[in-house]
Amino acid sequence: MNNRLKVLRAERDWSQSDLADRLAVSRQSVNAIETGKYDPSLPLAFRIAELFELPIEEIFHSPSKGTSA
Amino acid sequence: MSIRFRSPAQRAYTWRVGLAMGVYLLSLPAAVHFVGKGLVSHDSPLAWLLALIPGIAVSAVFWAYGKMLLEESDEYQRMLHVRQSLIATGFTLGIVTIYGFLENFGLVGHVDAFYVAVLWFFGLGVGGLVNRLTLGTEA
Repeated sequence: MNNRLKVLRAERDWSQSDLADRLAVSRQSVNAIETGKYDPSLPLAFRIAELFELPIEEIFHSPSKGTSA
Repeated sequence: MSIRFRSPAQRAYTWRVGLAMGVYLLSLPAAVHFVGKGLVSHDSPLAWLLALIPGIAVSAVFWAYGKMLLEESDEYQRMLHVRQSLIATGFTLGIVTIYGFLENFGLVGHVDAFYVAVLWFFGLGVGGLVNRLTLGTEA
């Protein structure tokens, strides 16, 4: 599942470790989500959305709707 | 070089495995000495106790792995561990099953059952390698 996590993180000048600390997950988790190797659970997706103060669909793109959002 | 991530659940697992291995390393020579050499009668409860402790200590590692899966709060790390243990389990069951048939047909010699545990631990290494090759990381 494609997402804008890397862009949103870069806008805030956060490293993967910074974001991982804020989400209380490992840096590997952030990297796996950013690169699309791992789709987060709904609770973690909500935590990410709440951290960036954005709706989930503005961070994660629906696979059924392609990559544009 | 990045610092390897260790969650509280993984640190607890390391301690539990260390403790279990300590009990194993102390109890095995005692069992070999007293039970294996016949210094304690095989009819006595003490012989059973001494012979059971090493196996229970190794089994504690399986418990510790399951406990870690329950305690791990990082869902990605938990997924990596689940994949790793499923690969280890499939690897072990496959080899043991095939070997069992070969042994049954008299093509290979008998192997003590506790080697199943050794195979599973080796399988964890295989699982870690598969995680690294397919996901680029391991737990």
